[in-house]
Amino acid sequence: MSTATTSAPATATDPVTTPSTRGLVEITKVRKSFGATEVLKGVSLTVEPGGVAVIVGPSGSGKSTLLRTINHLEKVDGGFISIDGNLVGYEVRGNRLHELRGKEILKQRTEIGMVFQNFNLFPHLTALENVSEAPVVAQGCSKDEARRRGLELLDRVGLKGRADAYPRQLSGGQQQRVAIARALALDPKILLFDEPTSALDPELVNEVLDVIRELAKSGTTLLIVTHEMGFARDVADTVVFMDQGQIVEQGSPEHIFTNPQEPRTRSFFSKVLEPAFNI
Amino acid sequence: MATDYSSYRVVAARHPWRWVGTAVVALGVFAVAWSLATNPRWEWGVVAQWFTAQSVINGLLETLKLTAISGILGFVLGFILALMRLSASPLLVSVSWTFSWIFRSTPLLVQMLLWYNLGYLYEKISLGIPFTDVRFFEVQTTTLISQFAAAVLGLTLNQAAYSAEIIRGGILSVDQGQLEAAAALGIPAWRRSTRIVLPQAMRAILPTAFNEIIGLVKGTSIVYVLAYSELFYTVQVIYNRTQQVLPLLLVATLWYVVITSVLSVFQYYIERHYSKGAVRNLPLTPLQKARKFFATHAVANTARNAR
Repeated sequence: MSTATTSAPATATDPVTTPSTRGLVEITKVRKSFGATEVLKGVSLTVEPGGVAVIVGPSGSGKSTLLRTINHLEKVDGGFISIDGNLVGYEVRGNRLHELRGKEILKQRTEIGMVFQNFNLFPHLTALENVSEAPVVAQGCSKDEARRRGLELLDRVGLKGRADAYPRQLSGGQQQRVAIARALALDPKILLFDEPTSALDPELVNEVLDVIRELAKSGTTLLIVTHEMGFARDVADTVVFMDQGQIVEQGSPEHIFTNPQEPRTRSFFSKVLEPAFNI
Repeated sequence: MATDYSSYRVVAARHPWRWVGTAVVALGVFAVAWSLATNPRWEWGVVAQWFTAQSVINGLLETLKLTAISGILGFVLGFILALMRLSASPLLVSVSWTFSWIFRSTPLLVQMLLWYNLGYLYEKISLGIPFTDVRFFEVQTTTLISQFAAAVLGLTLNQAAYSAEIIRGGILSVDQGQLEAAAALGIPAWRRSTRIVLPQAMRAILPTAFNEIIGLVKGTSIVYVLAYSELFYTVQVIYNRTQQVLPLLLVATLWYVVITSVLSVFQYYIERHYSKGAVRNLPLTPLQKARKFFATHAVANTARNAR
């Protein structure tokens, strides 16, 4: 236990040396319904280790749901998701898939960080307590070690000196950066961003995007749902366009933004691209 | 050009009717106090004589003991019942629901008498294999269930059923996103409940919980049916002997007022503690407010005097 936790901060703080050999996400024919509405209709997607996939599309297209199935916040109705070859939510025994129970699911989740649209910081805990809670209780890290790493991470997202502030005493952008530090504290293989800037005032968007840009270079696999097209173009290896529960088209940013093949992709971008490119 | 008002003196808004209102209220309070003090039928001498009498103090301690034990056990059990009710397990949900259903739908008085008279229904309590003669241990029910045990059992189980719902209500008031964030971080379920959700639920739980506790202080008097000598039963015994009904009821009442006042102070500070993070800056405590009031008024007075 102690070796695992002491080796972790080296990779978390030194992005250049992180090898991109972990964090392969394979999504195969995933289906999910809420009541009578099918929100994911057999979605398949592969994100290479260290890759940055940005998922765009109209609201209600299933982007957020897809993201939430990856860390099993939503249970899929069909299809499979695996991370580095390990199935999410199931265990393979012989030729059967056994549904995992609470504890094992929690263990899988520690490998996947998630950043929410509404931050979801714990309001009764300080910024530092928010960041250092999970390493202690989910990874068995010592309190001092978690505190030290927490301060380091807050420093990394540009919040040195705000460690003892409560979330409500911080601006939206600062809160979201604390949330990113909190997700990083577990040294995850994969980071999921669910519209991380949608709840922010326009002038605060960039401070959050800058932090994510840094992470994109770090070798952690990123899956980002966003409406910030300029940012998507800038940071993505792969842009995925989703509509009505399906992936319509995916490819490099150049391909998707400048030369989309599908009519639905073209009509979507013709509506959203103009304002974004004026920035 | 706009007029420059910087040389003008600012006059604070005045509230003359507040002073009139204050005078009316003060007069009313004085009238009530006067009648309480001068009407000989209140028999304050008798009140004073019994207020700290040994038997009354013993009764008071019993009341405090019953309230503390059944209050704490009741809320702990209630917390567990609330978590069961909110869990994903159909078994736990139905067990918790049934518990609350039974204990909320039967009168506390009946529960209490049933516990105390359990020996009449079941002479012996034993642990063994059902429908066989194998017994690991066996005990006379009457030796197991004393007055005290019956009282604690009755009050605790009843309190648990009610506090379970109060705590469940508090937990439901916490944003679902908090649970999701905690789950996404791999925080174990028990820790999620105690560290993340409960402290936030406390803001909604505390006012009602203190209602319950204060209700329980006086509610413990129901154990008179077991001839259990807590505060209220004690004063009843005394006035049946001395016929000084009113002053002895006052003795009990004054003690209840004292306990409730102390609890209210606790409530204020505990609520303040849990508002941490929910408000940007904590409000001042009454003591701090008083200090500030006198400090600013002292400044105003010196300023006026200097002028």
